[in-house]
Amino acid sequence: MILRIEQDHNRFRQIVRGRIKKELKKYISSGELIGRRGKDLISIPLPQINIPQFVYGHKQTGGVGQGEGAVGTVLGAGDAEAGKQGAGNQPGEHLLEVDISLDELAEMLGEELALPAIRPKGRRNIVSVKDRYTGISKYGPETLRHFKRTYKETLKRSISTGTYRPDFPILIPIRQDARYRSWKSSVTPQANAAILYMMDVSGSMGEEQKEIVRIESFWIDTWLRHHYKGVEIRYIIHDAEAREVDRETFYHTRESGGTVISAAYKLCSKIIDLEYPSDDWNVYCLHFSDGDNWSQGDTEECLSILKAQVLPRVNLFCYGQVESPYGTGQFLVDLKEAFAEDERVALSKIENKDGILASIKDFLGRGR
Amino acid sequence: MGTLTSELQQLQEEIEGHARSYGLDFFPVIFELLDYRQLNQVAAYGGFPTRYPHWRFGMEYESLSKSYSYGLSRIYEMVINNDPCYAYLLECNSRVDQKLVMAHVYAHCDFFKNNLSFSKTNRKMMDEMANHATHIRRYMEKQGVETVENFVDTCLSLENLIDPHAPFIVRERLRAPEEDARPAVRRLKSKSYMNDFINPPELMEAERKKLEEDRRKKKRFPESPVRDILRFLIEYAPLENWQRDVLAIVREEAYYFAPQAQTKIMNEGWATYWHSKLMTEKCLTDAEVIDYADHHSGTLGGRTGRLNPYKLGVELYRNIEERWNKGRFGKDYDDCEDLGERARWDHKLGLGRDKVFEVRKLCNDVTFIDDYLTEEFCREHKMFIYDYNSKTGMYQISDRDFKKVKQRLLFQLTNFGQPFIYVVDGNFRNKGELLLRHKYEGIELKHNEARETLRNVQKIWGRPVNLETTVDEKTRLISFNGEEFEEKDLQDKVA
Repeated sequence: MILRIEQDHNRFRQIVRGRIKKELKKYISSGELIGRRGKDLISIPLPQINIPQFVYGHKQTGGVGQGEGAVGTVLGAGDAEAGKQGAGNQPGEHLLEVDISLDELAEMLGEELALPAIRPKGRRNIVSVKDRYTGISKYGPETLRHFKRTYKETLKRSISTGTYRPDFPILIPIRQDARYRSWKSSVTPQANAAILYMMDVSGSMGEEQKEIVRIESFWIDTWLRHHYKGVEIRYIIHDAEAREVDRETFYHTRESGGTVISAAYKLCSKIIDLEYPSDDWNVYCLHFSDGDNWSQGDTEECLSILKAQVLPRVNLFCYGQVESPYGTGQFLVDLKEAFAEDERVALSKIENKDGILASIKDFLGRGR
Repeated sequence: MGTLTSELQQLQEEIEGHARSYGLDFFPVIFELLDYRQLNQVAAYGGFPTRYPHWRFGMEYESLSKSYSYGLSRIYEMVINNDPCYAYLLECNSRVDQKLVMAHVYAHCDFFKNNLSFSKTNRKMMDEMANHATHIRRYMEKQGVETVENFVDTCLSLENLIDPHAPFIVRERLRAPEEDARPAVRRLKSKSYMNDFINPPELMEAERKKLEEDRRKKKRFPESPVRDILRFLIEYAPLENWQRDVLAIVREEAYYFAPQAQTKIMNEGWATYWHSKLMTEKCLTDAEVIDYADHHSGTLGGRTGRLNPYKLGVELYRNIEERWNKGRFGKDYDDCEDLGERARWDHKLGLGRDKVFEVRKLCNDVTFIDDYLTEEFCREHKMFIYDYNSKTGMYQISDRDFKKVKQRLLFQLTNFGQPFIYVVDGNFRNKGELLLRHKYEGIELKHNEARETLRNVQKIWGRPVNLETTVDEKTRLISFNGEEFEEKDLQDKVA
């Protein structure tokens, strides 16, 4: 059921994001709630819009309190205003941000770049979410309290602390004894997506270039995950040879050596063949390189692999050319010549970090 | 929304019976069961199922939802001052919680019905709020959502410029000044040679000045400073009809909620006093004691250094009950200086129950603290005042002296901690400008925010607006003419 307040809530969110009513922007303050997750304190951002009123300046007012302490006892930092959750009462503790969810982030990205929503192809399986109560947790609602386990804990505690008397076996549970049933949700995905990242790690790709790839691929991940329930990601690096690696290696490997792009495309096409039949999967291939291929002959081969084996099976093939001082950038030109008309191919040139946003739009702007 | 299950229905009848048997007197109470989202919605709307569309309700909702979903706080119940009283319970409360909450609710209803501060509130506010919503929706259709919403924002900026006592004052409509004939100084008849003696010139001059002064006073508009600034604006600002109506809606709702702010300590204290009495004396089963104690202590607990209105309220009621039961009041007791005798003092009067009922009828937070906060209480409950230390940037305990504690507490509660602002002149500089005055009582206004608020006053008044306030111990006039601000220090008050 949709609540009436959702409308007001959406409006508030839009104001906070600066989409509407920009004149209120100066009244937005970034409040926070302080919560606890296990040992850590976590900060839950809570933006607020304060409509100005004639009010007292708070610092001068002080207040009335109750409790122990001699005159001069410090109560808390000054900027924690009365009524606010007591930020600053625990100085020096580390706060973890549980910021906006990735979904929200993706929405913001979509809004900012005016990206069209992706229309997934492939079978539309109905999503089924199943909750199964398989675990035990220390926290939970009272309705899920596991009586036996709680009882056991109480028993354990009272025996270990020596308060248990066999002749008078009354047990009083305290909060720490409580155990709750907890569940796991299993989801059968609706539409699956596979993302294959390929990156040129030859000597000409420096740290800065990789940084750009990292940032860009993060955003693309976020966007695709927003649209697909199940996303699988594979990473391929190549210089003169190509191999599949894990995420960590993908971003941090630096090799020297030449560049034979066709090796990567061959591997890519093999992976798609074996594991991601295009009936069931929405496949995305992204290739980042500085555009300096070993030979024109290899480029020819690349084009033919793309045309014959890769493109028919993917939703989108993206090629991002990262500017580097060593590359000639010829590969982009060749691709452009061959596939300018093909809507399955998105090409982009990323000159520096500022170019990332524009490049994301190049890639995702087609709604494929 | 759901009505009560038959099990809860039974509980309700039982608790209602107990509440009546103790003498609580309330409007009929309608309970509804809501899930947490619905309850958060109702709470965000200030207790009502329907309000006009506005983003700040959404903001409140987000805050409530977040603290619920991260397990920081949750609302167990909402109850609104209306006849019949509506009370909302969280569906997933455990049985013992529902009992506690129902007992709590009956006491709130009793308070709404009987406390004097609430005597002038609209008891059909449920309907009224729905009407307001309809009005504003209709204006939005005609004028555009954004236009109306912006105007509501502007009005809300002035929401606190009301006079909480206004509902009790019967007065005529404020009248705009009329031009009248200049009255002449009366002279006594005399022969011309006697004139200087019978009508001495100095006296005549003084008389003339006085008349002039009277006339000026009369011409002042408003005649004396007005605290109900919203009303003044509704009557005199050049607004379109829909704007006038929106402003009136905001004002009416502000007046409806004002008594709740004026009786926070008393109202929560009263409800806590009764839920604890009803639960411990009548309703609890053995199995529920621990859960009850856990939640009850949650209500009364809190961090050191913060005053918990529930706790202060309930302790004060209990203290009053004990004092009146034992006869610890009046001249004899006050004059007694033997601490031992005071501690043993017990005349077995048994007036306590009647007294707390009387207090809940007649007092608001200010008079409650003023009349009944005693030195013993203050010491027993370890009350202190704290201040901001600008050197360390910290709040520090600064005193435990009873008089200071009481004074500070009273000051905070007076006008619910809001500054006093008056309309002093509606025709300032004889140019139709508006002059507001902040009555300085030792604490300055938040300067930036005051300027921004002034901007909103100007939007409504149309002509330039001025605020006389105090900055760094000097009187300062802040003016805003619709485009820019001007500030200057003044030697004297301007009007």
